[in-house]
Amino acid sequence: MPKLLEVQEITMQFGGLKAVDRFSMELSQGELVGLIGPNGAGKTTVFNMLTGVYTPTSGDVLFESSSIKGLKPYQISHLGLTRTFQNIRLFKDLSVLDNVLIACDQHIAYGMLASVLKTPFYFKEEMIYQEKALELLKIFRLEHKCQELASALPYGDQRKLEIIRALATDPKMILLDEPAAGMNHAETHDLMKTIVRIRDEFQLTVLLIEHDMKLVMGICERIFVLDHGVTIAVGDPGSIQTNTKVIEAYLGVDES
Amino acid sequence: MKPEPKTLFKKSLIVPIISVFLVIAFALFIDLSVNAYIQLLFIYICVNAIMGLGLNLVNGLTGQFSIGHAGFMAVGAYLSAYVSTKISFFAAPFEMFNFPIYAISGGLLAATAGLVVGLPSLRLRGDYLAIVTLGFGEIIRVVLLNVDAIGGARGFYGIPGFQDLVVSIGGTPIVVHAFFLGFVHALLWLLVTFLVIWRLVRSTHGRAFKSVREDEIAAEAMGINTTKVKVRAFVLSSFFAGVAGSIFAHFANYLNPSTFSFIKSVDAIIIVVLGGMGSLTGSLIAAVVITLLPEILRPLQEITGVDLRMVIYALLLIVLMIVRPKGIMGSKELPDLWRGDAKTT
Repeated sequence: MPKLLEVQEITMQFGGLKAVDRFSMELSQGELVGLIGPNGAGKTTVFNMLTGVYTPTSGDVLFESSSIKGLKPYQISHLGLTRTFQNIRLFKDLSVLDNVLIACDQHIAYGMLASVLKTPFYFKEEMIYQEKALELLKIFRLEHKCQELASALPYGDQRKLEIIRALATDPKMILLDEPAAGMNHAETHDLMKTIVRIRDEFQLTVLLIEHDMKLVMGICERIFVLDHGVTIAVGDPGSIQTNTKVIEAYLGVDES
Repeated sequence: MKPEPKTLFKKSLIVPIISVFLVIAFALFIDLSVNAYIQLLFIYICVNAIMGLGLNLVNGLTGQFSIGHAGFMAVGAYLSAYVSTKISFFAAPFEMFNFPIYAISGGLLAATAGLVVGLPSLRLRGDYLAIVTLGFGEIIRVVLLNVDAIGGARGFYGIPGFQDLVVSIGGTPIVVHAFFLGFVHALLWLLVTFLVIWRLVRSTHGRAFKSVREDEIAAEAMGINTTKVKVRAFVLSSFFAGVAGSIFAHFANYLNPSTFSFIKSVDAIIIVVLGGMGSLTGSLIAAVVITLLPEILRPLQEITGVDLRMVIYALLLIVLMIVRPKGIMGSKELPDLWRGDAKTT
């Protein structure tokens, strides 16, 4: 079976600092994989390289067997690889619905002239995508808040809206950057179930960064552990939990 | 039951059609009721409003910062003035139909200039556009000062304007005033500008503009080609600035490079900020305020003998920005106000 994403020894160098050093991973269609590591390990840098925010200093990234290294973020999004952000990056002064509709932009076919003349085609497309956006908002039961400003949502809902917005691009693969950050136990539990559900429902491949170990160990089939930019362990949740290197990275080495 | 796209399309024609009739009625009313000085002010309101609306597309809606829009206005004004002294597309009784063509030609050249300026500077994030447009405005002014074919520092004389039109209905000659024709022309352009931007804002293209303003990185990640979106907004904005210049040229009948100085660009920015960034109806209101305020203060100068106009003008602006720091309308539109709490959160 062909791999959906192949990351081949990507390195990100900022001046003298190697934020990520020869990171490799292969993901198959439909997998749910975790990327963990202590603060500053380079997890978000990996996401930024995969989505085109940074271009890796060396190495290559293949998405559906073609290289996406050096492509712009919007081009990568058009190919079906999308993401959420660790520090929430919603369009704050726009409505919840508009936030989702903006992600639909790449699929909306009418041109500028059609929107100025308000042709029947314009109305048809608008209706289709408004409906689709509302449908997506139902996943997290946010549809009744669709007219509210994104900034007016509670923190947990903002995180959920980020996931919905990413789904609206019709992705094949989604990168979640700390989706549960700032959520309480019940919310996290709910989120876990929803992530698994949307993975199955939309036939997605999911790669997520998360500090909440219960979430990561609970839903991820495989886990990559980064520390200081270096991959220190790869495996299923059980083997990661008992891996001495991982425990050292998180808890420090016993000096005595 | 859901409305059909076809019926919605037909419904969407109602507002423009009614507006055209209102424009004609309003132009007729102004033509017959007030003196030539006030009539000219109405033209300047139209010119300033078109400038403000166009600039709002860039500064207010797309979140970029252009401070050289007078340059695009100058390009439009001079080109359409030049064309109008050389070519006439329609003969004597129908010569007023020439002016939309002149306006479009001025707008297109300004849009081309916008593309040339925007393409390199909008690829970057941040304040580069401000620097480049500032430079562009000055370059245009200096070029106009030094090109003799369009008058150079002496200015461009003899630009044809609208002429009275005599029509005879049943043997009785009726004079249609030049002002009426010109004001309809200006108002229709204002209507076009407003409707185009208003409708764009409510489409996926407008949402793309706003997404760039809100968060460029997130917009890119969601599949928005931010460079393309910014250039689009900027080119369209330049087009309308060119049109505004053309309307101005055919009413003033005389152009001078000093008209299009940095101050003119600042005027347009004041309209956008005062009206509220991103609020189109706000820009309209601000255009009226900014055009009329110095004129209303004119009698004060005659009484006191000192030119306090600019002092008070500045003070009023400062007070307004203290009282309403987000502009007269904020980011709301007039219809939002009588829709009540529908959009407030």
